Amino acid sequence: MAMISVEGLSKTYRVANKQPGLVGTLRHALRRQTTDVAAVADVSFRIEPGEMVGFLGGNGAGKTTTLKMLSGLIHPSAGRVEVAGHTPQRRQAPFLRQITLVMGQKQQLLWDLPPRDSLRLNAAVYGIDDREAERRIGELAAMLELGDELNRPVRKLSLGERMKAELLAALLHRPAVLFLDEPTLGLDVNAQARVRQFLAEYNQRFGATVLLTSHYMADITALCPRVLLIHQGRLFYDGSLAALSARLAPCREVRLELTTILPASSLERFGTIEALEGRTVRLLIRRDQLTARVGELLAALPVADLEVRDPPIDELIGTLLQQGVIG
Amino acid sequence: MRRGLRIARVLLSTQYALMLEYRAEIALWSLSGVVPLLMLGLWSQSEAGQALGLGATGLSRYFLAAFVVRQFTVVWVIHAFEEDALQGRLSPLLLQPLQPLWRYVAAHLAEQLTRLPFLAAIVAVVMLVHPQAAWWPSPRALLLTALFTWLGFAVNFLLQTSITMLCFWSERASALDRLLFFPYLALSGLLAPLEAFPPGVRSLALATPFAYQVAIPARLLAGEPVAIGPALAVLGAWLALLLPLCLILWRAGVRRYGAMGA
Repeated sequence: MAMISVEGLSKTYRVANKQPGLVGTLRHALRRQTTDVAAVADVSFRIEPGEMVGFLGGNGAGKTTTLKMLSGLIHPSAGRVEVAGHTPQRRQAPFLRQITLVMGQKQQLLWDLPPRDSLRLNAAVYGIDDREAERRIGELAAMLELGDELNRPVRKLSLGERMKAELLAALLHRPAVLFLDEPTLGLDVNAQARVRQFLAEYNQRFGATVLLTSHYMADITALCPRVLLIHQGRLFYDGSLAALSARLAPCREVRLELTTILPASSLERFGTIEALEGRTVRLLIRRDQLTARVGELLAALPVADLEVRDPPIDELIGTLLQQGVIG
Repeated sequence: MRRGLRIARVLLSTQYALMLEYRAEIALWSLSGVVPLLMLGLWSQSEAGQALGLGATGLSRYFLAAFVVRQFTVVWVIHAFEEDALQGRLSPLLLQPLQPLWRYVAAHLAEQLTRLPFLAAIVAVVMLVHPQAAWWPSPRALLLTALFTWLGFAVNFLLQTSITMLCFWSERASALDRLLFFPYLALSGLLAPLEAFPPGVRSLALATPFAYQVAIPARLLAGEPVAIGPALAVLGAWLALLLPLCLILWRAGVRRYGAMGA
C-alpha cells in the first residue's frame, strides 16, 4: 500500500486584481475584481513507504502548495489525497503523529528560549515520556552533531544550528512521513552537507518516507533516486533522477574570473558562453567533457578564480520545457 | 487525563519562561492598566462615594480592586493570533495534535503570573498613598473574586477568540477588536461603579459580559454585596453561547486557511 497517494489534486486560489493609481484604487474599493489562479492542477502520483522523492520546480511552480495539502495544512480544491492511510485535511491526531512538515525559512522553535524548552513541549504534546524523549533527543542530537546549542536561546544560534534544532524538534515524535520544503535554504555548504547526511541516515534508520523540495540540485542528487517535476502547477515528470539529470542538466556551469579581459572568440572553444562581463565569464560545459575542458582552459587562459556549479534549476527547467524536452 | 495535565504543566511553564523574557514589557503593560487608579484619584476628591452608597473608603477600594481584577481579565489573543497567522507561525501549530488555542490560553495565564510582582508593587504604592484604600479581603471574598475573575477572563477570551477567528477571512481582524473596546469602556465599571449608572443601563451592563470583567469581581474583592446566582447564570449563558460559536468559527476558518507566509 502506498504511503502517499494523490489523484487529480488541484488547488485554486482567488486572487484580487487591482489596477495601479487612484482610479484603480477606488474601483478596487467599490467593486473588487478577482481571478482564480490554479496553483496546483490535476496532479497525481504515489509514493511507497521508505521512498525518498525529490520535488523539483521553479518558484511558484506549486511545490509548497502541494506539500501544504499533503500535510493537511490547506484543503484541496479538488482531487483525493491519502497519507499514511489518512485524509490529511481532517488533521486527526493519529495522522498528525505520523507526519512532519519542515519549512526551511520558517520555525517552530520558540525564538527566545533554548531549543530544549520547545523539545520538552513537543514531547508532552506527542505523549512521549521524559525518559524516552531524552533518549530520542540524545540520539538525534548525535546524528545532527548538536550539543550545547540546545541550551542556548534560539535567537543566538547560527542559521545552520537553528535548522538542525528545527529538524530535531520536527522529528522528535519519529514521524513516518517527512515533508521537507527547502530544508537547506540559506545554509553554508558544510551545513547543507550535514543536513543531507542526517536525512539519509534518518531515512535508513527509521524507514521514513521523504518528500523533499530544494533549490539545490545537490540535495536532490544526494538523497532522491526518484523525482517529481512540477511546473505551473502541473506534474511534468515522475521518474528516476538519473534519467532526468541527463536531460535536465547535461552541462555544468563554469564561472571564471580572468586576470585580463578576453574576446568571446578565444573562449568559445571551451564551451557555450552563457555570459561575458568584463573579466567574468560563465561557460556551460558538458558533464562528460568537464574535466578535460577545465584542464585545458586552466592551461590556456589567465585564470584568477574558477568555480564549477550546477546551473540554477529554475532556468534549466524553463529552458527544457520551452524546448519540449520534458512534458 | 494524565497526558492533558502534563501538557498543561509543560505548556504553562514554557510560556512562563517565555513571558519572563518579556518582563520589562509586561511591567509596562501593568502600568498601562492604571485607568481605575486615575479614577480613584479623581473620585476621591468628590462626594460621589456617599451618593452611590459606597462611602469614600468603599469607592477607593472599588477602584483599587478594579485595577487588580482587570490585570487578570485582559485578553490580547486577537493580536497574537493575527501576527502568528500573518507570519506563518500558525502553520506548525496546526500540524501538532494539540488545539492551537490552548497555547494562547497558556500564554495569557503565564502572562498574568508574570504580572503578579509588578501588580503587588503598584498596589503597595497605592496603599501607601491612599491608606484608606487598604484592606484585607475575607477568604470568602478572595475565593469568589478568583472564581468570577477566572470566569470573566474565560468569557472575554471566548468573545475575543470569536472575533479572532475572522483572521481566517480578513488579514486585519484585530481592527474589529475596537468594536468591543467602547462597550467595554462604558459598561465594564472601569470608569465608574455600576451604581453610578441609570437603572436601565445598569441592567444592560449586567446582561453583557463586560460587567463581569471588572465591576462584579471588583465588588466582590472590595467586600461589596453581589447577587451571586444571577451573575453565575449570566456568565454561564455567555459561556454556553460563545464556546460552540468559537468552535464553529474555528472549523469554518481552518478550511479557508491559506497558510500564506508559511
